[in-house]
Amino acid sequence: MAAIVAAMLKFLLRRLLSMIPVLWATVTLSFLLVRLAPGGPFTNEKQYPPQAIEQINRHYGLDAPLYLQYVRYLGSLLRGDLGPSLKYTGRSVNDMIAETFPVSLELGCWALLVALVIGMAAGITAAMRPNTALDTVPMTLSMAGICIPAFVLGPLLVLVFALYAGQFNATGWYEPSDRVLPAITLGATYAAYIARLTRAGMLEVLPQDYIRTARAKGLTEWRVVGIHALKPGIFPVISFLGPAVAGLISGSFVTETIFDIPGMGKLFVAGAFNRDYTLVLGLVVFYSALVVLFNTLVDVLLAVLNPRLRLHA
Amino acid sequence: MSMDKNIAPGTPPRVLAWRRFRRNRPAVAALLLLVMLATSALLAPVISPSAQMLQDLELGATPPSAAHWLGTDDLGRDLLSRLLHGGRISLAVGLCATFVSLCIGVAYGALSGYAGGHTDNVMMRIVDILYALPFTVFVIILMVVFGRNLLLLFVAIGAVEWLTMARIVRGQVLALREQTFIRAARVLGYSHARILARHIVPNVIGPVIVYTTLTVPRVILLESFLSFLGLGIQPPMSSWGLLIRDGARMMESYPWMLIFPGVTLSATLFALNLVGDALRDALDPRALR
Repeated sequence: MAAIVAAMLKFLLRRLLSMIPVLWATVTLSFLLVRLAPGGPFTNEKQYPPQAIEQINRHYGLDAPLYLQYVRYLGSLLRGDLGPSLKYTGRSVNDMIAETFPVSLELGCWALLVALVIGMAAGITAAMRPNTALDTVPMTLSMAGICIPAFVLGPLLVLVFALYAGQFNATGWYEPSDRVLPAITLGATYAAYIARLTRAGMLEVLPQDYIRTARAKGLTEWRVVGIHALKPGIFPVISFLGPAVAGLISGSFVTETIFDIPGMGKLFVAGAFNRDYTLVLGLVVFYSALVVLFNTLVDVLLAVLNPRLRLHA
Repeated sequence: MSMDKNIAPGTPPRVLAWRRFRRNRPAVAALLLLVMLATSALLAPVISPSAQMLQDLELGATPPSAAHWLGTDDLGRDLLSRLLHGGRISLAVGLCATFVSLCIGVAYGALSGYAGGHTDNVMMRIVDILYALPFTVFVIILMVVFGRNLLLLFVAIGAVEWLTMARIVRGQVLALREQTFIRAARVLGYSHARILARHIVPNVIGPVIVYTTLTVPRVILLESFLSFLGLGIQPPMSSWGLLIRDGARMMESYPWMLIFPGVTLSATLFALNLVGDALRDALDPRALR
C-alpha cells in the first residue's frame, strides 16, 4: 500500500514539475509577441505630446531594454503580480481577473454540466442499442452539434427562446434563468463530442466477458451498464476533458460577447480590441495556467482510475 | 487476401479506396455539395445575381423574394451575392491555412521521425508543450498585434494547426524508416534529403490526405470565429463568419440575415467532416474490400 502511495506521489510531483516549462514557454512566447508589436497601446488614438508618451512609458517601465522588462515581468509573476492595466487607469490585472473569473467559472461549470449530462446520456443510450433509431438519431444530432458553432447556435437560441417565445432574457447575467441559454450555447459542442466518445468507449466495453458475468449474476441492466461498464467506458471522456477546457475558454469569448456576460472572455476580447497589452498578457498567463493545471488534474484522475497507466507514467 | 471475386489481383489501392468511398452514400452526397459550393464560390463574380457591394438604401432589408432569393441586408445588398463572395474568402482561408499547416506538419513530423533518437525526443517534447497551450488566444494576439490582414490570418491559423499532423506523420515515418526499401535506398548512397522527399513522404500520403480533409473544417471554423469577434476578416471584405456577425446584430428584425449564413457554414462543416470520415474508412489499409 505504501509503495502505491509513494508511486502516486512521485507521479504527481513529476506532473507538477512538467508544468513549469509549459508555463515558461507560454509566458515567454506571449511576452515577445506583445512586445515586438509595432506601435503600442498609446500610439493609435489621441495624439499625446511626445513628452507625455515618454512619461507614460517610464511610468509603466516600457522605456527599459526588452530583456530587463522580461526579467522584471517574470519577477513580478513569481510574486503573483500581473501588473497594472494600460487602459483602465489605476486598476490592476489581478483585480480585474478576481472580479470576472467567478462569472466565467460559473458559466464554464454550467456548460460542462450540460455537456456531461446530455453527452453521456446520449452516448450510453446509443451504445446500448447500436444501429437502431436510438443510436442513429442521437449520433446524427451529435454530428450536427459539432458542426453548429457557438456563434451560430447562441444567436439562434436567443432568436427563438428570447425574442420569439419570450421565455428568457436575450442578454444579461442577473437572474438564475439567465444561465440557461449561455450554458447550452457553450456546452452543446462538447455534449456532441462527449456523446460520440461515450458511445465508442461503451461499445468497446459492453461485449467483454466480465459484463456477461455481471449479467449472469442477475444484476439489473441499470447496474451492469451504469456501474460495471461505465467506469472503464468513460475513460475517453475523461481524457477529453483536458482539451475541452481549452475549448471552453475560447468558446467563452463568443458566448460572453453574445449574451453580454461580464466574465473574463468578454474582458479578453475587449482587451484585445483596446490593445491593453498587460491585460491581454495577464489573461493569457492565467488561461495557460488554468489549462495546464486542468490537464494535469485529468492525468492524475486517469492514473487513479486506471492502475495500468500508473506503471507507464 | 480479399474475398471479393470482383477485385482483380493487382488492382491499385487507389482504385480500391475510391470504390470503398463510393459505397458511402452520405459522403458522396457531401462531396457533391462541397464541389457545388466551391464552384459557385469560385465563379461568384460571374454568377452572383448582383455586385457584392451594390447597396440599395431605399430598398433596405427585404425577406427572400423572387428578385433576391435569400433577401437583402440592412443596406439593401443582395444576401446571396454576399454569401457567394464570403464563401470565396472562407474557403480560400480554409485551403490556404490548411496548406500552411500541411507543409509545417509534414516537414516537422517527417524530420522528427526520420532523425529518430534524441532529436526525435526533443522535437516531440516541443510539440507536447505547444499542445498544452490555449491556441485560439495566441491567434487572437497575433491578429491584434500585427494588424488584421489576410495573409497573416493564413499564417497564424496554419501555424497553430500543424501539431496533430506532425504527430501523425512522425508515427508513420518511424515505422517506415526501418523497412527494407529505405535501407536499400541508404545503401545505394542516396542523400537523406532525397530519401525523405522521394521515398518517405510519398508513403505517408494516405493519413496525410485524411487529416488534411479534417483540418479544413477546423480552419474554416477558426476563421469564422475570429471574424465573428471582429478580429478576423475586416469589412468591406466579407466571409461567412462576418456575415453571421452582421446577422446576429440584425436578427431581431431581419432573421434571414442570420439563418442563411449560419446554415451555409454549418452545412459546409458537416459535409467536410463526413467526407473526412469516409476517406479515413476508405483509405484504412486494414479494410479488406
